[in-house]
Amino acid sequence: MTTPPTASQTVGPFFHLGMSYLERKNLVAEGTAGEGVTIRGKVLDGDANPVPDAVLEIWQADSAGRYLGEIFPRNSAAPRFLGFARIETDDNGEFTFTTIKPGRVRSPDGSLQAPHIVVTLFSRGLLKPLLTRVYFADEPSNAEDAVLKLVPPERRPTLMATPSGERGARNVPPNIFDWKIVMQGDRETVFFDY
Amino acid sequence: MRLTADSLASYSRFRRVMKAASYQRAPAGTQPDYLYPPYVSTCKRSPKQPLILLSHTLSELTGPVFGHSDIGENDNDLTHQHGGEALGERIIVSGRVLDEEGRAIPGALVEVWQTNAAGRYRHRVDQHGAPLDPNFTGCGRVLTDREGRYRFVTIKPGAYPWQNHQNAWRPAHIHFSLFGAGLLSRLVTQMYFPGDPLLPFDPVFNSVPDENARNRLISLFDWETTIPSHALGYRFDIILRGRQATPVEVSP
Ligand SMILES: [Fe+2]
Repeated sequence: MTTPPTASQTVGPFFHLGMSYLERKNLVAEGTAGEGVTIRGKVLDGDANPVPDAVLEIWQADSAGRYLGEIFPRNSAAPRFLGFARIETDDNGEFTFTTIKPGRVRSPDGSLQAPHIVVTLFSRGLLKPLLTRVYFADEPSNAEDAVLKLVPPERRPTLMATPSGERGARNVPPNIFDWKIVMQGDRETVFFDY
Repeated sequence: MRLTADSLASYSRFRRVMKAASYQRAPAGTQPDYLYPPYVSTCKRSPKQPLILLSHTLSELTGPVFGHSDIGENDNDLTHQHGGEALGERIIVSGRVLDEEGRAIPGALVEVWQTNAAGRYRHRVDQHGAPLDPNFTGCGRVLTDREGRYRFVTIKPGAYPWQNHQNAWRPAHIHFSLFGAGLLSRLVTQMYFPGDPLLPFDPVFNSVPDENARNRLISLFDWETTIPSHALGYRFDIILRGRQATPVEVSP
């Protein structure tokens, strides 16, 4: 006999109280291999108003395409890239985080996925989280990505972080990307049913 | 760019493990929809475009793993996180975290946050005119043990007003956040209290269409965990999506 999963409920407007301790705006530690990237963006609602009370949970592979946890033995000496962080939007609905560009991860069909970061979005007004992905617009392997192929071509740009052309200050990776999460509307971000 | 031989070997090992885990879709009505107009904030924050059905890849089947280093000493006792004891009705909230087939999920991170006894959050945007308690922050966290059990000592949270509709009040609740085996098991929910007169009027609670699924959000008063002359016990079991992978299938 199986029991369906417990029903989801909104995080509400006060989630910071219980969730902020896992907030990290920089996933790059001393010795983390890979190309540093900063992704900055904004969360918008159906009226194009900023969403100041959202939290993103990001999950990504390391620069070699490996996920922490099941991949490395617990006692492995390999440098550990956690690949997880919470990032809260600020009063203007904006967020920014610095990480390394993930490597390519295999799909169930055996093909390699393009570099991507899985993003789970929570906020007041979301009775259950929204799942999306962010890819890198300048990445040639996007054309081969099995998940992107599921998305109508005209909606794919909503999943792309685009190079801003700006270079960060010292100790900040030079590659700054811009991305936007639109929760509702004509330019709505692609969200996945999972 | 190519995967290294090492990560490919790890991947095939991982795939064997995950084959034993399976993720089915929740039966109709047991989860809320994104749009539920009585909860007004859903109207501008729910997607209108069709969601794209995702085939589960390693990116969704994996997820962050937490350990005891993520937990502090008094993180499971919300009544003793300051110099003095928190004000209010002391309660014990405990239960098990299980998969859909009733198997224990050990090592799951359980995070909670709540109002104080007066119905006030220690949060800069909470405008409710109820007093703060200097000895109560209102957040906690714990890892489930080998049997999937968790336990918090806290105080019973208060009801609080909100702006959703005229004279709107949230029933007393504790916010719960859980990380299971992978991203697909991630759950954020709210635990309610039995007999709360506000439940029939709360759009968040009532956003779950299926009555059984909705009522499973209400904790049970529990004599077994009630401590004589000290605290009432409430029991709240939580089911995460996905049948547990069977660890015996992992090759060494
Ligand atoms: Fe709340």
